[in-house]
Amino acid sequence: MTHPVPASHDASLAHAQSFWRTWVFSTDHKTIAKQYMFTGLALALVGGFLAYVIRMQLASPGRPVPGYGAVGPGQYNAVVTLHGTIMIFWVAMPILLAGLGNFLIPLMIGARDMAFPRLNMLSYWIFFISTVILLVSFFVPGGAAAGGWTTYPPLSDRAINSGVDLGVTLWILAVALEFAAFLMGGINFIVTAINNRAPGMRLFDMPLMVWMEVAASIIFLFSVGPLIAGAVLLLLDRTANTGFYDPARGGDPLLFQHLFWFFGHPEVYVILLPGFGAVAEILPVFARKPVFGYRMIVYSTIVTGVLSFIVWAHHQFVAGIDPRLATPFSITTILISVPIGITLFAFIATLWRGSITLQTPMLFALGMIAVFLLGGVTGIHNGVPATDIYIHDTYFVVAHFHYALIPSVFFAFFAAFYYWFPKMFGRRTNEWLGQLHFWGTFVFMNVTFFSMFLLGLMGHHRRISNPHFFEALRTPEADRLQWIATIGALGLLAAQIALIANLILSLTRGVRAERNPWRANTLEWTVESPPPHGNFATLPLVRRGPYEYSAPGRSEDYLPQDAPA
Amino acid sequence: MQYARAAHIEHESTEVPTGRLGMWWFLASEIVIFGGLITIYVLFRWRHPEWGAESSHTINAAGGFNTLVLLTSSLTVVLAHKAVSEGKLGEAARLLGFTLLGGAVFLCVKVFEYTHEIREGFLPARSLFWSFYYTMTGLHALHVLGGMVAIACVLVAVRRGKIPHRVEYVGIYWHFVDVVWIFLFPLLYLTS
Amino acid sequence: MGLESWLPKAASSFAGDVDWLLGFITWIVGIWFLAAEGILIFFVLRYRRRPGVRAAYVPARRLRAMAFVLVPCAAILGFDLVIDAVAAPIWHRIKETLPPAQETIRITGEQWAWRFRLPGPDGRLDTADDIEVVNELHLPVDAVVQFELTAKDVIHSFWMPEMRLKQDAVPGRTIRGWFQPTRVGHYEMDCAQICGLGHTMMKASVVVESREAYESWVREKAGSAQVTSREEGPESR
Ligand SMILES: [Cu+2]
Ligand SMILES: [Cu+2]
Repeated sequence: MTHPVPASHDASLAHAQSFWRTWVFSTDHKTIAKQYMFTGLALALVGGFLAYVIRMQLASPGRPVPGYGAVGPGQYNAVVTLHGTIMIFWVAMPILLAGLGNFLIPLMIGARDMAFPRLNMLSYWIFFISTVILLVSFFVPGGAAAGGWTTYPPLSDRAINSGVDLGVTLWILAVALEFAAFLMGGINFIVTAINNRAPGMRLFDMPLMVWMEVAASIIFLFSVGPLIAGAVLLLLDRTANTGFYDPARGGDPLLFQHLFWFFGHPEVYVILLPGFGAVAEILPVFARKPVFGYRMIVYSTIVTGVLSFIVWAHHQFVAGIDPRLATPFSITTILISVPIGITLFAFIATLWRGSITLQTPMLFALGMIAVFLLGGVTGIHNGVPATDIYIHDTYFVVAHFHYALIPSVFFAFFAAFYYWFPKMFGRRTNEWLGQLHFWGTFVFMNVTFFSMFLLGLMGHHRRISNPHFFEALRTPEADRLQWIATIGALGLLAAQIALIANLILSLTRGVRAERNPWRANTLEWTVESPPPHGNFATLPLVRRGPYEYSAPGRSEDYLPQDAPA
Repeated sequence: MQYARAAHIEHESTEVPTGRLGMWWFLASEIVIFGGLITIYVLFRWRHPEWGAESSHTINAAGGFNTLVLLTSSLTVVLAHKAVSEGKLGEAARLLGFTLLGGAVFLCVKVFEYTHEIREGFLPARSLFWSFYYTMTGLHALHVLGGMVAIACVLVAVRRGKIPHRVEYVGIYWHFVDVVWIFLFPLLYLTS
Repeated sequence: MGLESWLPKAASSFAGDVDWLLGFITWIVGIWFLAAEGILIFFVLRYRRRPGVRAAYVPARRLRAMAFVLVPCAAILGFDLVIDAVAAPIWHRIKETLPPAQETIRITGEQWAWRFRLPGPDGRLDTADDIEVVNELHLPVDAVVQFELTAKDVIHSFWMPEMRLKQDAVPGRTIRGWFQPTRVGHYEMDCAQICGLGHTMMKASVVVESREAYESWVREKAGSAQVTSREEGPESR
């Protein structure tokens, strides 16, 4: 039996629409991708400003920060809390997962849109509302949440404990809405990749970017549920006077930590994998070589995803859990170095005997690997319980996770941004500004965060507003390191001016981009730049995998996925 | 039976219709939320055998009756799906109506239970057991309500002969709501 | 290694082990890190595009080719296991065992101070001559100190950098642990877990001194505790 195809639903695909339907309440995955991306980048400015406040305060404690004013201890707590929250949930997630995922998944698998375009639009607008709630929480009486981005109860449980009331409630609400948005977005990604691939495209013909986005969405989906439950309990503790986390009433504060990190560790991979995906697309194009061991990378990604669910307690070695749990969790934790190592080494091996050009996207992709390596290996220091006793909650950890996250969130995203910019906006970016942006970011990133490893070893613990209060941190060496980190951070922020200038310049006067400026294989390069609503005039017929570069016996050094042999 | 596709999907890579796939993954995310909550409760319950005394104040008869109501309403949704595949849209709409009725009865009984318990002094903040009781049954009741709204929308559309394939999807969802209750009922009402 | 020059002076019996392990791990991962960076940079320089030279077609679909990646990663696995094997006994000694106490103290974190209760001259806790002090603690050098750690309001973290010791203090739980100060001197004990407005200011000074000096301090402070019974609060688990 056949039912008529509902025509009203998407007759919109072809003809012109009003301003509102085109730019604001659009169901086009490409527009939604840009909305996520620009919201995320705008919030990156907020998060970056907070980082500036932190660095200025630590370098010269007590002196008013230009552009902000004097930072009291309560404000300092709010600033570090919101810096972490924004950078993870409102920058990394929207630009990497939602932004790149939305733009690329349908284009790369040869679909006209996401499986559920209206759900996709709804996801963005829920995310947008959560953003507004978060920003409003800065200005409510009592100030913004100030219990760290991990919001451990009992500190976050009762207003009396942290001195912040409404701010924390809004924070929980914003994060919960944000999770709901990304859950729905993730379901869309997963279903689209499973079911809407172009004819001929098997699972193992999908570009690694698609694999990584889908893997990240699945990891997110399965890890966030318990934390959503935990957040509901926290909200009830705050509003309905229950005592789920209150030990005096039989509750357990450590419960929240387990729920938080059961999500929190996989979340690292939710952010990292899309970054890896971008690098995996860019390296073959700029080395003119197939990615080394495509299936091996897919399988090691799956292993990483599975392992990431059984490592969470490495955040809690000294948190009061049974000490006998530490060694088993440590073993699973540092085992992750194996699948991650496979992926990174496969990336490096892709360069071997390649024909490499160092344009901006490639520089950022290589920078991602180079920087992430240090973040990765210092994870061992944290993952081993005996050394974690010392470095837990110090700046060593801060340095470690910035070395792990900045390459994924910023280097990989910038690589992707410069690489796909011609496709997104139909114009080329300025190469000179791009190179300046890369070198500025790369150099100042290392200046900022390497000094933090040393400060951490000296005993600088986290979230203190005045290091001079402690003998070990009053020394000239410590002060010098603080200043180096602060100057690095200022330089890192200043380097982003090159990005903004490039963005404005390229959008207004950039050279028009042809369909396939990088001579790449994946399907998004077979359509116009920018692609029209509906993407493909006719659905492509996929004939091969995505990485056939420099195949023997051909004069061209690339072979698009849908090109007849 | 063939499923209608949205215009932007010309090609499906698997045998499974896109909508059903979406519903499965949506339920997967719901399962981890409820799964997390139930696991937390069970771990607490393990540590606090004395909660058995508290749980004896729940109304087993009401809970048992509600279990039957939900099971029956799940049955009618299955029959509605069968009716759709046989092309009997009118009958499907009527059966969906029965499911809606079941949901409404369930919620009424739940409201009766809540008012009774609150009058007896068993408020959410009274003890951890009651906090869990209200949180879990409340979250479940919200899902029942959400399911009823979805079913009502589909019912109206099916009456007009539209989107009959969605009967299956709301059906899957309703079964999930049913299964969650089958976990909650013994855990909150019966074990002592 | 050079790490020691950055770390604060070690002052407990197990501090040396922790420092050694930090150095050991840093050596292992440092060599891997430098090797990987070296190869990365070498490849980028060596395989820059040159006219007329085409890239090799190496998709690495077969295990033989993948071995270039898999074998080093098998080696990583080996190093992982070595690190685990070396680290587990150190953790076991510090956190999973409780050597017989020569001194017992009770530590309570609260917003925003550390409160210490010591047995006093009679050597037993919860008696009339108990000592209670806030943000200042004296300990005899070389004595094995057992502590019972708890928190009053929110989570705090007991952290003495020189002792290489950190342990969260959780309301509702009493966590036992130990350390053995081995060096006379003044030390700071901070709170390493964000705990509200006064988190930065939450700091106690710890004086490790000779047995005689310690005992005279104990006599001076004896009986300073107001309550004799165990402080009421959530039961320990
Ligand atoms: Cu982790
Ligand atoms: Cu504290």
